[in-house]
Amino acid sequence: MSRAANAALIVIGGMVGTAVRAGLEAAAPAAPGGWPWTTFWINIVGSAALAALVEWLATEEDAGWRRSVRLGLGTGVLGGFTTYSTFSVETLSLLSGGSWALGLSYALASPLIGIAAAVAAMAVLRRVRPAHREAT
Amino acid sequence: MILIALGGGLGALLRFWLDGKINAVARKAAPGWGVPVGTVVINVTGSLLLGVVTGWWLTHTGDETWKTLLGAGFLGGFTTFSTASVEAARLILSGRGALAAVHAGVMLVLAVGAAWLGFWLGTL
Repeated sequence: MSRAANAALIVIGGMVGTAVRAGLEAAAPAAPGGWPWTTFWINIVGSAALAALVEWLATEEDAGWRRSVRLGLGTGVLGGFTTYSTFSVETLSLLSGGSWALGLSYALASPLIGIAAAVAAMAVLRRVRPAHREAT
Repeated sequence: MILIALGGGLGALLRFWLDGKINAVARKAAPGWGVPVGTVVINVTGSLLLGVVTGWWLTHTGDETWKTLLGAGFLGGFTTFSTASVEAARLILSGRGALAAVHAGVMLVLAVGAAWLGFWLGTL
């Protein structure tokens, strides 16, 4: 795939991921001063999905169709689906809204559970496809 | 909705390009360090800008469409939570758990601090 084709895949993927996120946020907006559940689940599910995707693709060199899938689905769809900026601003708004305990829990739980979900997804894929280590 | 999506698509492309540039510079400056700093810079910058957008629209009157287009669209697509998690998971699985904690912790503190600074700038 040419550079232009890969760039197009990232843009189209980012459009899909962003549209799904925006749709979910519009359907289930966070209650003012409450735990932002929609962003929370988007970020956790997206972290696990990206981890599974890159681990699944890692059996061979990052080239050809593997690279295109990684850029389109990973960098594009899942990168656009999850968001760090909304997470930061939601944390800030909880903290400045006076609910320190809630803000701090949200700030810590999101990355901790996101990373744990990614580690778990990678570990499961390595178990299912143990061949990956020899190939990489 | 199509414009919000387009904003996200362009944000994702800018993220891809910037991440490559930053990590290339980092590899040259500190070979063997292997810490993915691109995502840190992107998420902190995006948080600063979303802070500005949020603060500005709270204290100024403007077309709400632009707020959604820039915030949920462009900056949502530009920043990424999933890559940050995967980068930390890779560090953990390669036995560098302490580095993963620093990576995630520094990103969190700088991003929320940047959002706060941006919000303040936006309300000016």
